[in-house]
Amino acid sequence: MAKKYHVTTTVNGDEYEVLCEPQQTLLDVLRDELQLTGTKEGCATGDCGACSVMLDGELVCACLVLGVEADGKKVETIEGMGNEKELHPLQRNFLELNGLQCGICTPGILVAAKALLERNPDPTEMEVRYWLAGNLCRCTGYDKIIRSVLATAKEIRGGA
Amino acid sequence: MATILEESGFSPDRKLKIVGTNPVKHDGLDKVTGRAKFGADFFLPGMLVGKILRSPHPHAVIKSIDTSAAAALPGVKAVITRDDFPDLPKGTPGGDLTRNVIAREKVLYEGHVVAAVAATSESIAKKALKLIKVDYEPLPHVIDPAEAMKPDAPILHDHLRTKGVKDGGDKPTNVVERLDLAMGNVDKGFAEADVIVEQEFDSKPMHQGYIEPQGCVATCTEDGQVWLWCCTQAPFVYRDRLSQLLKLDASKICVQQSELGGGFGGKTGFYGEPLAIVLSRKAKRPVKIVLTRAEVFRGTGPVSATKSRIKMGVTKDGKITAAEAELIFQTGAFTGSMFVNAPQAMFTRYNLENVKTVSYEVVSNRPKVNSFRAPCVPQIVFGVEGVINELARKIGMDPIDLRLRNAATEGYKTIYGDVFGPIGFVETLEAAKKSDHYTSPKKPGTGRGVAAGFWFNRGGETSTSLNVAPDGSVTIITGTADVAGSRISISMMAAEELGVPVDKVRVNMADTHSLGFNRVTAGSRTTYSVGMTVVDSARQVIRELCRRAAGIWGVPEEGVVFEDGHCRPASSNVGEFEPLSVADIARKTTGSHGALVASTSMNVTGAGPGFGLHIVDVEVDKETGAAKVLRYTVVEDAGKAIHPLQVEGQYQGGAVQGIGWALNEEYIYGEDGKLQNPSFLDYRMPVASDVPMIDTEIVEVPNPRHPFGLRGVGEVPVVPTMAAIANAIGDAIGVRPRSLPMSPPKLLKLIEQTKQG
Repeated sequence: MAKKYHVTTTVNGDEYEVLCEPQQTLLDVLRDELQLTGTKEGCATGDCGACSVMLDGELVCACLVLGVEADGKKVETIEGMGNEKELHPLQRNFLELNGLQCGICTPGILVAAKALLERNPDPTEMEVRYWLAGNLCRCTGYDKIIRSVLATAKEIRGGA
Repeated sequence: MATILEESGFSPDRKLKIVGTNPVKHDGLDKVTGRAKFGADFFLPGMLVGKILRSPHPHAVIKSIDTSAAAALPGVKAVITRDDFPDLPKGTPGGDLTRNVIAREKVLYEGHVVAAVAATSESIAKKALKLIKVDYEPLPHVIDPAEAMKPDAPILHDHLRTKGVKDGGDKPTNVVERLDLAMGNVDKGFAEADVIVEQEFDSKPMHQGYIEPQGCVATCTEDGQVWLWCCTQAPFVYRDRLSQLLKLDASKICVQQSELGGGFGGKTGFYGEPLAIVLSRKAKRPVKIVLTRAEVFRGTGPVSATKSRIKMGVTKDGKITAAEAELIFQTGAFTGSMFVNAPQAMFTRYNLENVKTVSYEVVSNRPKVNSFRAPCVPQIVFGVEGVINELARKIGMDPIDLRLRNAATEGYKTIYGDVFGPIGFVETLEAAKKSDHYTSPKKPGTGRGVAAGFWFNRGGETSTSLNVAPDGSVTIITGTADVAGSRISISMMAAEELGVPVDKVRVNMADTHSLGFNRVTAGSRTTYSVGMTVVDSARQVIRELCRRAAGIWGVPEEGVVFEDGHCRPASSNVGEFEPLSVADIARKTTGSHGALVASTSMNVTGAGPGFGLHIVDVEVDKETGAAKVLRYTVVEDAGKAIHPLQVEGQYQGGAVQGIGWALNEEYIYGEDGKLQNPSFLDYRMPVASDVPMIDTEIVEVPNPRHPFGLRGVGEVPVVPTMAAIANAIGDAIGVRPRSLPMSPPKLLKLIEQTKQG
């Protein structure tokens, strides 16, 4: 059996310790070791964005980060974004404007969109489209996703 | 079988409070917070990881499989091969089914399953796969369907003889079936034409492209009963096919569907699920199998590649007099393409009298195809709607006017024998013609195209139940899948009927032990069919509510009416009573009379056909050959949009899938018969920056067979897309492409031709 490494990482503010095989990705650790399954695997090659998470404030594909690389770092996933009582405005707008159909890409898109709005609260439609170009959605044709993000940006800026 | 909804009670004057609004879908909150459980998101104690060994060869005899070294690896709990499955006879549906799940005599495509292991970790399972020794005898392979039809082509199945040919002969063939479908007299029709256009087209397979790879967990009891968690569009169909495959009573198999992370037809048939079950049975522990993306591309259903020849004739004043087609459908290694849809649907929407079609279904060394929105139709309509535009150009008529001139209306008898009821093709075309998009000038240097599409829409076996809790809230149990938000639409229809707020109604997707058989969730059948059964159940409950209200008031049953969510005295003669709501009666009478429940099982008929017209503007970069969609409008008849935002979502999603199919998506094979692009990097689906906003216009010509007048809306949006884009590209570069996808190298060649010509 492959040697396992002891990894201490903070996920959504909670500290976790896991034993992790060297080839296991952060996505494997989140899903299989911590059973935080909100982060999805669509490709495991960094092409679909379904596993988008924040790692020390940087937007990454969790499938392209090794579990051991998360040692000592802070991970933020969809599970930390909001709950029924306190939804993030993005989550609320996705619900109200139907920015999701099947919902498999939704966690990754929400995490990525939140990162965009924190960096640029007034994106153009084209900027939203290019920022989210790494997040595949097969159901919606993107229209209502883009509208949900733009509506949220406007709301956050106080223009709602 | 409970009551049948014989009279839909549809009325255009009915005042609707809930249907036609846009409440937040009940499954949405779990999806935006990451709590919704999809196929891969389920765990059981003691669960093992299952991994699959696949063929590296496109065509080979399996001489032997040695699993001894793999089985001996510590941590490996089970290894399975063909020998662990019942040997069902070749050439039967069961025989094909089992041979596609796991190869028996031969592997028939690269990626064909050969063996599987279950181990205590993924890394051990992967190591075990490398220890399985398979002795192959490679055979010549064939990928292209036209090549596969040639007399000297490598033969996939020795037993195969062509169905539908009188003298099928004794020689094995790759042609599964020839289907002739015709009406009227095409010779007479073409003789009446002033202009005839005949062109050839081809298309490549594209993949459904759902973002969620197939994932499942299987566990078996000591006495062999099976419990399966999986993402599926067809839990009952999976159960019944598993029963056939495993030779086990259906009652001993329970399939629980998870949330579905996209399907589009591709999750109507199983892949890793039977392997997980057999591994679990052997290991005596739960087994999870989640496919990798490469496995999804190599091993699961893309759509049919096609070749077609289409000929149509028209008079100078725009009457289409005849249509003829010869069609070839590649079905992969096994039959099942549903190609019959194409000759039935390709011309249907025009009131043609003279039609002749010949279709062939052909096997080749590729994964067995699976359904995709309007199976086999869009890639043929790609040709038909190009020919129609060419006819319009040649007689100098507006392309929408030509379609209006020949539009089918109520009473038209189709080539498949159905007579159209009220349909909205004319209304759709008229709405498109008046649309802002069509009436606005296109930008200089760009091209504009239009194309129309049709889909039958489906009904079929549907079984649901409806329960009113003692507090008056309502639960509905369904056995169909929710592919894009049908739960909220179903809740809305029940709430409208029962006069309760939509938030008081919840839909639960049951396992296969909890309901009668439900047909696959596909063909744009679900909201229509489940709407029928749920409204039927609601009406049964209303009858019982009136009975109970009559009892409470001590009046005859006919003295009670149900209006606006309340039982009321039918007239002042009955007496003065305070109206009783659903909740009032449930609270007062559940204790004395038992729960208010109703079940309905129907084979739903009367689905209303759907029609759409797409308008698209494109720009083609003459240096690179890359086409870019600048503006897109979908106009489609929904009958009645229960939840308009969701209907728009169907239109938009279908159009963008079609944009991918039109411009990029294809399976690319090497000379070695291996798929060269099994990843999202090399198989490029549209991303957000590739497409514009998709404008939509919902036309509503009600289908009176449904209580609210709805038609299915999921298939039509992809039917005309590639045709419309091709017509727009033709307008932009001066020559209309006839080969899908219209990728940059192909368009560059066409641009070069126009320069030379």
